[in-house]
Order: sequence, then C-alpha cells, then structure tokens
Amino acid sequence: MLYAACALAGLSALALVAEIVRELVRGAAPAISRYGLAFVLHSRWAPNFGRFGGAQALYGTGMTSAIALALAAPIGLAIGLYLAVLAPSGVRAVVGPLVELLAAIPSVIVGFWGVDVLAPFVAHHLEGPLHAALGGIPLFGAPQTTGLSVFTAGLTLALMVVPIVAALSRDLFATVPRELTDGAAALGATRWEVIRGVVLPATASGLAAAIVLGLGRALGEAIAVLQVIGDGEGIHASLFLPGNALAPRIAQEFISPVGNEIPALFYLGLILLAIELSISLIARWIGRRFDVTRALST
Amino acid sequence: MSARAASLAGRRPRGDQGRRTTGTPLRPAGNLRRRAAISRAAELAMASAAALAVALLVDVVATVVANGAPAISLAFLTQPSRGLAGGGIANALVGSAVMVALAAAIAIPLGVLIGLLLSEVAPGSRLASALELVLDMLQGLPTVLVGVFVFGLIVTAEHKETGLAGAVALSIIMLPLIARSSQQVLALVPGTLREAADALGVDRWRAVLGVTLPAAAGGIATGALLAIARAAGETAPLLLVDGLYDPAAFQLDPIAHGVPSVPMFIYTTYDLPAPSALSLAWGAALVLLSGVLVANIGARILLARSRRRMGL
Repeated sequence: MLYAACALAGLSALALVAEIVRELVRGAAPAISRYGLAFVLHSRWAPNFGRFGGAQALYGTGMTSAIALALAAPIGLAIGLYLAVLAPSGVRAVVGPLVELLAAIPSVIVGFWGVDVLAPFVAHHLEGPLHAALGGIPLFGAPQTTGLSVFTAGLTLALMVVPIVAALSRDLFATVPRELTDGAAALGATRWEVIRGVVLPATASGLAAAIVLGLGRALGEAIAVLQVIGDGEGIHASLFLPGNALAPRIAQEFISPVGNEIPALFYLGLILLAIELSISLIARWIGRRFDVTRALST
Repeated sequence: MSARAASLAGRRPRGDQGRRTTGTPLRPAGNLRRRAAISRAAELAMASAAALAVALLVDVVATVVANGAPAISLAFLTQPSRGLAGGGIANALVGSAVMVALAAAIAIPLGVLIGLLLSEVAPGSRLASALELVLDMLQGLPTVLVGVFVFGLIVTAEHKETGLAGAVALSIIMLPLIARSSQQVLALVPGTLREAADALGVDRWRAVLGVTLPAAAGGIATGALLAIARAAGETAPLLLVDGLYDPAAFQLDPIAHGVPSVPMFIYTTYDLPAPSALSLAWGAALVLLSGVLVANIGARILLARSRRRMGL
C-alpha cells in the first residue's frame, strides 16, 4: 500500500518532468519548423511585424549572468568562509540566518528595490566612475540617466545569487576535517594560508558545483530582471544601455501575446530549459565526480 | 602574551621595531609580518563581504518598510482593490491564500510521499536515483518555465487563465522543496525508533505512519512552511497563467476565472498611472515581505525545536 503510493508519487514526478519537456517542444514546434536554428542569430523581436529572433535575449541572459557570477562567486565564497572558518559563534548564529533571509525575499520585491534604489545609485554613482576608469573597454560606455540596464540587472541578480553561493559553500567548508586545518595551523600557517592551502582545495569541486547552481538561478530569474533591465532593443556593447533576456522576455510577452508570438516564446522557453537542464546535470556531475568526502575516505 | 603566542595570533609583540632579529627564531620578522598582514587583509575582506550582504538585506527591508508603512491601515488590509481608484489588498490577500492553499494541498502529500520513498521505502533503488535527478532538475527549473508549461497544459486547453492554473504552477514549484526537506528530515529520525517498532512486530507501513512520520512531523512542517513562503512570493508563473483577472472584484473561484494575488498586485499596481499606485504597491510589498520573513524565522524556530525533541 504505502509502497504503491510512494512509487506512484515518484512516478508522477518523473512524468511531470517528461511532460514539461514534451509540452515545451510541442508548443515550440511551429516556431522551430518556421525559423530553424537561425532563430538564435536574429536579434530583432517585433511581434507586430512577425519578426522573432532570440539573439538579443540570449546575449542579455549571458551578460547579466556573467556579471552576477563575477560578483556573486567571490563575495558568496568570502561570506561562506567567514561564516564557517572565521566568525565567532555568536556572530555566526546571527549573520548566517540573515544571509539566508536574503534568499527568501520574493523576486518582485528585489526587482522593486532594484528600480527604486539600485538603478538610481548605479546611474549617479557607478556608471560615471566606471566609464572614466574603464571607458577604454566598450562594455563601460557613456553613463545613462535611468540606470535601468543590463549592468543593473546583473547587479540585481548578484544580490540573489550571493546567498545561494554563501549558504552552499558554508556547508561545504564545515565538512573539511578539523585535523587538516589544525595540522596546517600547527605548521605555522596563518588563517589565510590555512584557507588557501587546505580549506579551498579540499572543497574545490563542491564549490564549483555551488557556483554552477548559483548560475542556474541567475539564468532563470524573470521578474526582477524584467523590472530593472529596461526592455531595450538591439544588442549593444555598453552594459549601461537597456536590453532584454530570455526569462524576462518570456514573462513580459506572455502578458499580451500577438498572433504567432506564442510559438516563438515557447522556442525561447525551450532554449532556456535546455540551458537549465544541462546546468543541473553539470552541477550534479561535478559534485559526483569530485565528491570531497569520497576523495578523503579513499 | 608570549612572543610565540603573539606571532601565532598574527600580532607583532611589543619591542619589535621592524628590524630583522636574529637569535630568537620565533619572533615575527620580515616574511612572517607580511604573511600576517596578508592574512589580516583577507580576513577583513571576508568579514566585509558578510557585512555587505547584511547591509543589503537591511537596506531592502528598510526601503520596503519606509515606503510601505504609510499605506498600511486596517482599510488597506480589509478593503478590496478598486483599481485606479485605490482601495486595499483584501481580495489579493484572500486570492493568494486560496491559490497557495490549493498548491499546498497538491504538493505536500506528493512531496512527503516522495520523501518517504527516497529515505524509507526504497532508498538507493533505481527509481530513487532517477527521482533525485528529477528533483534537482525541478528545483533548478526557472519558475517562468513552470508558467510556460502550465500555460501550454491548462490555459491553452481551457482558453482562459484561472486561479487553478496558478495553483498548479505553484505546486510544481513547491514539490521539489517539500520532497527534499522531507527526505532530509526523515533521514535524521534515529534508527533506534525503527528498530523498536520492528522489535514490537509492527508492520512496515504502520511503523512508518505511526513512528517515523510523527517523529519527523516537525521538520516536515518546517519544510512545508518554507515552501509555502516561497510560493506565496512567486510572480513569474502567475503572470503567465493567472494574470488576467478583474483587479477590482472579489473573484475567488479558482476554477471559473483568474484569481488576484499579492505578488501580481505589486507587479501590476507599480505601473498604474495613478498617484496612489506606488504607495499601494509598496504597502503590498511590505505585507508580503513581512509574511515571508515571519514564515522563514518561524520555520527556523520550529526546526530548532524539533531537532531538540529528536535529541540532535
């Protein structure tokens, strides 16, 4: 009885994922047969003219996620290290939960904050100095007035990825055997040398998996990015210009789809699904292949 | 503090004026001072990263409180929205509650059964390892794609957006969270309890229902609470499958038509061309954020209590 009920629940979850893939393929089929793979090369998205291309959204997703990861990976790891290795237990008991609360904030509220607080801050205090210092790189173009941009979307995503990387890496760092860190300290290593020489190498693969999971979060976020990315057209070198990305474009266009736009949106969704499924497979593969605890026990 | 202890603590003992001292090998000198300085700088950087995260959390919460508090009143919580004319969020609150309750009614039994399968009934089986992979995939699935899926499955078939479609989407988001947390909590139940039940000759499934599940109930409730808090704040899937509703009406029949929700209220009200809209949207954001934070803190307390009861 119980076994049957459990097996049924398990099978329904398996069927659910298969059904999700099937439904997306089915919905995207008209667009796939019409546009083919060239879909990912065209950047114009003009529903009223029946023109659909995924290049701009793909570029936006790639750029925002890259910015998010470039900031959130080091900051998240630093927080994880602080919580697992450095912080006194009293501080740890307060700061740890607070960092996790950051991940609990609904994305519509994060996006709201991004529009109201972060975007003006970026426009007035970050774009100018960055352009002045790094203007030679086309990524840091002329400052804009609104702050609604690919860059701000990346920062907003970083805020959402940091707590994920921090919590996962903290739990990993806590698994490093005490004898290893104590041994290094007894040999005269400073705290940083213990971290760099023992803690980080012992957890490297798990950290990679944690960062990949954070990347998955950044790639799939729709609402917060939709609110701050500014819905611009075209692909621009400058990060300070508005753009768009896969998940927010899907969310936005589904509100009032025009004519044959829905299959094209399903096509975008299918691309996003393929990216996300490979991300979770990669994270799993890294975590498995280089399992810390297994490596230490053999 | 001895010179040696001082050097281990990365501090320079008094009397060392920065000269390379020979003869007393444990004095920090040259290289060691540099290493200690690097270590201190790294520690400072890590502590500042943590401080930055906390500061951002405080800033987000403070922004929501400062902008939302003026809108909060009894009328705001008890009156339905009147669209452009203002009003409150009562219909959105009740709509959210209806949808999340429906989603929980679907996801909690399924999730707990999957948790049981993974940790009690058939751990290590082929079905279990396939399920682990599938749960990872579901957990990493962008919520907007859950919306696309439900749109194709239900909305296209029925030719209308409904609260039920919203609830189904939310249940798909909750399912992996509940299954994972149940699995982890069930794995923590001491084996001695199961052995005691076995020794008394209790059936396998009666042992699960009468011993293991009750022992893990607190943890399972915690996981469910966290999943509910997560679902209550989801906007993207609702935008796709439950975005069309009359914002000024008390529409609460999830099968017949779209149902208002707090996240959708926040998202749509923010863009309304009415002077009071911004304040209403922040007010709703404050209500949602308080609910989510209270649920998260409450779940943490519940978890600590159930762990203590299990003697962990």
